[in-house]
Amino acid sequence: MRAFRKMFKTEIKLSLRGMDMFIFAICMPVIVMVILGFIYGDKPAFEGAQYSFLAQSFGAVATIAVCAGGVMGLPLVISDYRNKKILKRFKVTPISPALILAVQIVVYSLYSIVSLTLVYLVAAIFFGYQLSGSWVQFLGAYLLVMLSMFSIGLLVGGVASNIKTASVLASLLYFPMLIFSGATLPYEVMPGMLQRVADIMPLTQGIKLLKATSLGYPVESVWVPILIMALVAVVCTSISIVFFKWE
Amino acid sequence: METSIKVEKLSKSYGFNKAVDNVDIYIGSGEIFGLLGANGAGKSTTIECILGTKKHDTGTVSILGMNPHKQRKKLFEKVGVQFQEANYQEKITVSELCEVTKSLYRTSSDYFNLLKKFGLSDKLKSQVNELSGGQKQRLFIVLALIPNPEVVFLDELTTGLDTRARRDMWQCFSELKSKGLTVFLTSHFMDEVEKLCDKIMILKEGKSVFYGTVQEAIKSSPYEKFEDAYLWYTDEEDIENESI
Repeated sequence: MRAFRKMFKTEIKLSLRGMDMFIFAICMPVIVMVILGFIYGDKPAFEGAQYSFLAQSFGAVATIAVCAGGVMGLPLVISDYRNKKILKRFKVTPISPALILAVQIVVYSLYSIVSLTLVYLVAAIFFGYQLSGSWVQFLGAYLLVMLSMFSIGLLVGGVASNIKTASVLASLLYFPMLIFSGATLPYEVMPGMLQRVADIMPLTQGIKLLKATSLGYPVESVWVPILIMALVAVVCTSISIVFFKWE
Repeated sequence: METSIKVEKLSKSYGFNKAVDNVDIYIGSGEIFGLLGANGAGKSTTIECILGTKKHDTGTVSILGMNPHKQRKKLFEKVGVQFQEANYQEKITVSELCEVTKSLYRTSSDYFNLLKKFGLSDKLKSQVNELSGGQKQRLFIVLALIPNPEVVFLDELTTGLDTRARRDMWQCFSELKSKGLTVFLTSHFMDEVEKLCDKIMILKEGKSVFYGTVQEAIKSSPYEKFEDAYLWYTDEEDIENESI
């Protein structure tokens, strides 16, 4: 536990020194929220809707940090630490190299949670947003989305043979999901054709789930996204455990 | 004398290439053992097979009476390792790296004293990246000594160090040896090997071509200087070919 705490403190510091996660996971979602707030204000989501466009977007914007950490930060740090033989160095200490991976997962979870909190505060304080659904259900859904996105990152980082492959794969996953899953560009303004393409991305399903729970729709309406998220998490985690390359 | 490291019939191949071929090593506690050989002779592979970071094909390894695969957690409380390549996070500072390393062990020595001893005490706040080659090398030796080990593995102990630093390093390891530390090192400097090592092994294409003391190595060669003897062991065939 002492090793975990010490490593966590150090890895957080190193990550903040790198700045990229601070920009992409902390600043960017807040900026997107502010922009959406200014553009749509308290306009309803569609004519006759009970909730505002902003309320509809809250669940989506909250996933920007999860996406950045899960499919960009995590795979890059894993392949970097393998490439630098840091994982190998842990093999000749009493501590398992898996511990430093666990530390990284906690670091990225923390980014996501901080981002969620900030996005909520901005929406609530400046644009009068209120979560209509149950917080417990929303946070449960958020955790599931996190698990599923992080498992994708673990898979890419664990299986990619070098840092170059990992970074190409991470970019291929990150940028399309960031733009077309609805995290930044609202899903509702996309043409139907694009929506159907977006539906293939796991994050799109995650966002549907978060929207439903934040708007207070019954859980029965989103069992498909729940199933997909859980399936992605189980499959990716299993594959990465079996095929993880420590060296 | 107790045996600290026992390696029997160790072999490891990469495809058809035998990197380590039937190597036996016995190192008593408090001894300094030197593994010598040209680049690519199999030194690093041998060390990695002994440590368990690479799987060997056949043979047995025991360090302090423990199996490095099965008793990894217990064993590495007492074993320090310095690898050839640097392995640290980008942007990490000297003190952070030492702190994290310290936290991995149940008992550890005061790293500040070690840094002082190795002339790095003013570098605590520096990033490891910014250290010179020699300073990095010294830092990695400090890291290997942080657990207060009974055995250390040093892959290329003094590569990159200046003359002064090498001498200091010899002094330091002679002291640690007198306190009972067992040292397994590889080196390309024959003066250092002569000065420090109780026993040596010369590897050539993964095979042991000599195992014994430096004196014995000189005696069973036609030369009087150890460096010449070493070259004779490693180039034997070439010399014979030349004379034909």
